[in-house]
Formats: sequence, C-alpha cells, structure tokens
Amino acid sequence: MGYDSWIELKGISKYFPGVHALDNVRFDLRKGEVHALMGENGAGKSTLIKIISGLYDYSSGNLFFEGEKVAFRSPQEAIRKGISVIYQELNLIPNMSIAENIYFSHLPAGRLGVINKEKVHSDTRELLRYIGLDENPRTLLKTLPIAKQQLVEIAKAISMDAKVIVMDEPTSALSPAEIKNLFRVIRDLKAKGCGVVYVSHKLDEVLEVTDRVTVLRDGKYVGTVDTRGTDQQQLISMMVGRELKDLYPKQGGEVGEVVLNVENLCSYHVRDISFHVRAGEIVGFSGLMGAGRTELTHAIIGSDKRLSGRVEVGGVPLEKNETSEAHLRGIGYVPENRKEQGIFSNANIKFNITISSLKGFSSFAKISRGKEMGAVNGMVDKLGIKTPSVSQLIQKLSGGNQQKVILARSLVKEDLKVLIVDEPTRGIDIGAKAEIYTILDQLTQQGIGVLIISSEMAEIISMCDRVYIMKHGRISAELRKGEATQEVLLEKAI
Amino acid sequence: MDQQAGRSNAFSNLLRMDQSALLIALFVICGILSFLSPVFFSSNNIMNILRQASPNLIAATGMALIILSGEIDLSVGSLQAFAGVLGVMAMNRTGSIFMGVVVTLAVGCGAGFFNGFLVTKLKLNSLIATLGTMAIFRGVIMVITQAVSQPIRVKGFSEIGMGSIGIFPIPLLIAILLILFFYFVLNNTIFGRYIYAVGGNKDASTLAGLSVTRIKLMVFVVGNILFAVSAVILTSRLDSGQPIAGSGMEMTVIAAVILGGVSLSGGSGSLIGAIIGVLILNVLQNGLVLMDVNTFYHDIVRGVVIIVAVYLDVQRKASAEIRLLKESQAMLK
Repeated sequence: MGYDSWIELKGISKYFPGVHALDNVRFDLRKGEVHALMGENGAGKSTLIKIISGLYDYSSGNLFFEGEKVAFRSPQEAIRKGISVIYQELNLIPNMSIAENIYFSHLPAGRLGVINKEKVHSDTRELLRYIGLDENPRTLLKTLPIAKQQLVEIAKAISMDAKVIVMDEPTSALSPAEIKNLFRVIRDLKAKGCGVVYVSHKLDEVLEVTDRVTVLRDGKYVGTVDTRGTDQQQLISMMVGRELKDLYPKQGGEVGEVVLNVENLCSYHVRDISFHVRAGEIVGFSGLMGAGRTELTHAIIGSDKRLSGRVEVGGVPLEKNETSEAHLRGIGYVPENRKEQGIFSNANIKFNITISSLKGFSSFAKISRGKEMGAVNGMVDKLGIKTPSVSQLIQKLSGGNQQKVILARSLVKEDLKVLIVDEPTRGIDIGAKAEIYTILDQLTQQGIGVLIISSEMAEIISMCDRVYIMKHGRISAELRKGEATQEVLLEKAI
Repeated sequence: MDQQAGRSNAFSNLLRMDQSALLIALFVICGILSFLSPVFFSSNNIMNILRQASPNLIAATGMALIILSGEIDLSVGSLQAFAGVLGVMAMNRTGSIFMGVVVTLAVGCGAGFFNGFLVTKLKLNSLIATLGTMAIFRGVIMVITQAVSQPIRVKGFSEIGMGSIGIFPIPLLIAILLILFFYFVLNNTIFGRYIYAVGGNKDASTLAGLSVTRIKLMVFVVGNILFAVSAVILTSRLDSGQPIAGSGMEMTVIAAVILGGVSLSGGSGSLIGAIIGVLILNVLQNGLVLMDVNTFYHDIVRGVVIIVAVYLDVQRKASAEIRLLKESQAMLK
C-alpha cells in the first residue's frame, strides 16, 4: 500500500479538434474515499471518466496511479490496474447468465480452456450475497430489472479485484430502497480501502454518500470541497457559476374549470385511473419507475390502447384511440425521452416547433412560410431558445434548449388547454431547469392546465398544486400542496 | 437567412453540398464519355438518354417518397409488368387509350393500398412485405398472360413513350412535371413535412399527434401510382404488354435514390438528389452501350454503383456525426 491516493490527475487537458474538452483539470481519489464528480452537462465529467478508464488519452498533464505515472493506452490496461467503470448504459450481455456476465472476461478455466462451472457459480453466489442480490447465478441477465443489473455490474467490478470503481449516475433507475442498498455496498467498498468516483446530478445523494466533491464547469476545474463542510446552495453556485436565488419560481395561476378529466381509465398498463386537472393548475404525478405514469399519459393521448374509461378535454370526450385527436382537442405533450421520442434529430428548429400545428399555418395544405416563420420566431424569443438561426439542426442544441423547442411545439398551438410534460427537466442543466419551471408557471397564469410527471421529488413538491401518487398502475394517493413532503411521497409510492 | 432557409427544404445544408458533389460527378462522367465517344455529346443522344431515363425518373420520385417515409418498396419492377399489361388488356378490349391508362393507374393505386396495408396495418417489415408482393405481382401477370407478350391493338398509344414536342420527348415532359409537383409537395406542404417526420422519427411523430399509419399508407399509394405512371411510359415504349417488363428495375431505382443522398433509414434527403442519381445511372448505361460494352458488364457496373452508393450513405452519416459532435461541443463553450 504505502501511497495514500489511488489516482491523481494533475493539470490534465484534453483537446478534441476545435474543442477544449478539459482544461488543466486536477482530481485525486484517496484510498477508502467516495469522491463525487459534479458539473452541468458538457462540463467535462464524461471526458474525465474516459481518461481515467483508458478510453481516451489526454493531450497534456499527468495521471498517477498509486503515485506511479501511468498512461493507459486501452481500457484493458486500466482494468488490469484495478479501475472499473460502471456506465449509465450498462455493459452487460442480456442473453448470458449472471455468473457468465460477472466472469466472462476472466473465467476460471482448467487445462484445455475448459471452464470450471462449479467454481464460477459458487464464487458468484458468494459475491451476490455480499452485494445483497438474492438471485440464482444461472438466471439470465435480461430477466432482471435494471437495479439488479446494476448490482451485477458492481459484482463484476469486485470480482476483478477493482481498487477504483467509477459510477456514472448510478441511481438514475433505482428506487429509494435500492439506492439504500447501493449506498450500503459503497460504504462497504470504502471500508475495504477501495476508492469510488461518484458521478451524479443529484445533490442530496452526493451529500449523503460522498466524502469530497469536485466540481467542473466548462471543462475547467472549479474546486474541491469536503462534503461535510458544504451544502446544496454552495454546490449549485459552484456548478452554475452564479447564485441561483430561486430554482422554483412558482407564482401560480387562477384555478378555473376542469380542462382534463379522466374517469376509470384502463389500459394494458394502468388500472382504473380517475383524476382531473383544472385550468391554471399544475398537477404532479409521482411514483417509482415502472409505476405506470408514462403509460398513463400514453393512454390519455391515445398512443396506447384505452380499454375502458373516459378522457375528456375541455368537456369533450376523446373518442378515437389516436394521438391526432388528443392534439386536435388541445392536449400538448412533452415526452419522457427527448432524444428517442421527442426530437426529429435530422430536422431544424422550425420543423420541430411546428410539426404538431401545421394546419394552423397553412391554406389548402400549403404551408405559409410567413405565418410559420412568425410563430417560430415568436417562440424562440419568448422561451429564450439559444440558437443562431431557426434553420439550425435541433441536434446541435444543448439538452435544455432542445427541451424548450419541444415545449414550443405544444405552446405554438393556439387552442392549447392541457400540457402534459413527462420528466420535463431530466438531463438538463440547472440554469435551463429554472427557465423551464418559469415557462410552466407562466402557462398556468394563461389558464392552461399543466400535468407534470416527475421522479424528482423536489420538483413535484415545489411546483405542483396537487399531487397524485401512482403505484403498480393505480393511483394510490392524492395530496394537496403542503401535504406533499418527501416522506409522504415515498411512503405512498412504495 | 430565413429567406434562404425557406427555399431549401427543412433539412440540413449538408445534403445540398452532397448534391453539388453529385452534380459534379454527373458532369465529370459526361465529360469523360464525350471524350471517349464522339456521338455521346449530341442533342440526339442526350434526348435519347433523357427519354430512356424518364420511367426511372418517375419511379425514383415515388421511391424517394417511400424511402423518405422510412419504408422501401421492392415491388416497383414487377408492378411495371403487372399494371402495364393489365392496362394493355383493358385498352385492347375497350379500344380506348384513356381506359388503358386509367386501368394502369388504378392497378398502381390498388397495389399501393395493398403494400401499405401490409406495412401499416399488419405491421410487416416493408422490405419483406414488398419482396412478397414483388413475387406475387410478377407471378400473377405471368399466369394471366401465360408469359406471352400482349400486342397493343390500339393506334397512337406509342406516342406517349416515343413522341416528342419540339425536340423534347413527351415522357421527359411528363417526368419533369411530376418531379416539379412532388418537389413542391415535399418542400411546401403539410404532407411533405409529415413524410420527413414519420421517416425521421416514428415514435416522436405519433406522440406529436401525427397519424403515422395513415401517412405511410398515403405514401405507398402515391408512390405506387407514380410507379404506374412509369409503367404507362415503359409499356408505350415497348409497344406491347410485356410480362417481363421492369425486371430488375427495383435495383436501379433504389440505387439511384440512395446514390442521390436519400438516407435508407428515412427522414433525410431530397428529391433533387434522387433525380441526379437516376441521371448518373442512365448516363453510365448509355456510355456503356455507345462503347459497345457487352451487356453482361452493365449489371456489374450497376452492382458496383449500388455498393458505392450505400458506402456513401454510411460515410455521410459518419461524417455528419463527427461534425455534429464538434459543433455541439463548440456551442457548449
């Protein structure tokens, strides 16, 4: 042992052609430490991880492993030193068993390369017990939920005798109980002298589980602080580079008539759902992943089959199972996965904004350029979409600006009555988050009903007038503003 | 800026750059051929090339719509015989050219509904579904004709394919009109936007309130009607209803569209690119004929062009991704 740091990065810079991804960054990971790496999107966190894991080399600076200068030429070299990275998109093989996934790169084999299956399975059993995963080693990986797959990935790292484990947003798909178990494993690894690099957006988790926090901004090193001596406010201002007075600018609107009424709605994924949203109101849907919230919105707008029940928009029932009808009646929709279900990545901003409301800009199926341009430019100004031109491809925008474009797609509709937003601020930076909350708040003042689905409890608690909690495809509780606290939300969700 | 964006389609300038590269390629090929063969660069030969290219131009317009919408249609070649021969039979029975044309177009329309039904309602993969209809259309017309070509007993029908107005071949004029019309449709109408949308991202289209099923069905119908227009011209040029007409045409037409920069995965590309793609293939073919190259080699050349076209498609995507990465990182700065 001797040396007290696993990894030290000194003055690391990384250039891509035309881009300075990391600029003179330092970072060190002590033995037996959990060290958070934070920063907004594009701050350089992923680049830093990829340098530590040997996926990228660096343009200048030095990387030390246990005090010895190293330059990894491949991820394999880093793995041999004991560095394991658990990426958000897990690196596992769905059609293999748990045991095979854990050991496939270092299977214990006898002579002639025959695999000692007994040993693999008994070792795996032991590992699984250690990390608190109660599964048969022979179980196929694809049959496990994401949370358990993640534990398998951690077991794999441990089996490779990892000294440094990098976790990239490890809790994004986990329930509170699973997060608890993950933290237990992390603390245990720490006690054994491993170092854990914990990359996350979630401030409360970082404050709970880490020892130190390093913040990057625009590829530059901002600072490192002891977790015990810091708080959310300080971390946020380090990340955004300015004081963020109020992330949730809720003023609220005048609550009016019911604009969305759902009665006894059933689909293949949700059962017997009844609720309503009034004009000027923000209604939240909270619950665990897989509780059926997204599926509910799909049934409402008609992209999922409605088996029974009623959906009324502004008093008019939806009759066909088609999204075109829901849009026609005045529902706006912002989907959960911006990249896969939201944007038309090959198209420009203008196309992306007007695609749901082209009929309003046309006469006899011919699109009026002038009308369309006017509406689009109005939206770009109103929402503060940062772009040199509306002919810019949407994929060139940052996540926050893309999300504003998707919002604009609904707002540009003249008869918008209800806006359904699913995880409206996922994966976007804090600055843009606050702007999106402001937009939603302004909508309520214009008499539009807003339905937010969110896994971020702070978002639900701060922005919503009423909250419905879903569990196993049903609504398990309805809370008024003030009743909704983290504890209650959790209790009703589990 | 906006004015310029207005004139181009909703998609990137990248594709327009590809078109100028294609146009240069076309001119270079023409240059080389006029050097190799004195006959090549005569107005006679040029008009001849354009006349021959006309059915392909029209079919490629239909194919471009279908590929842009994220699907493909392999039945285009078989439909030439299927719709063309049935048209000839109707014409012979009624003695009316008009009836012949109407029946051909109606068969195209029906084929479009059938292909579209398989793809949108039964949710079959369009490559496989139209591979099936390709065999069915050809088989049915072989059964009906017993593989015997059907002579045309009505005078004047061959004018459609063989006639000229001034120096311009009639089929070329038909092709130009249709290309202009569909250029307008793709760039200035709601239907055009919807085609790009459903081809670019099907899920996003559904959630944005588009009726993906109806749009794709429409695209198949319109595309197959265009195939039938090309069948009218082809039949007229052959001056008989040939049950083997259009064999292998799917290869030429799809290759031309992809060569023209329309992405096989849908949602990006332009009609003009596809048109230049057709011209390149037809000029090459004409050159080979003028130079007395054995026709067996024509298939080889066409095969090579297809591979090159798909390779370009892959390269285009890769380089677009690299450019995007750089630009988006630069914007984050």
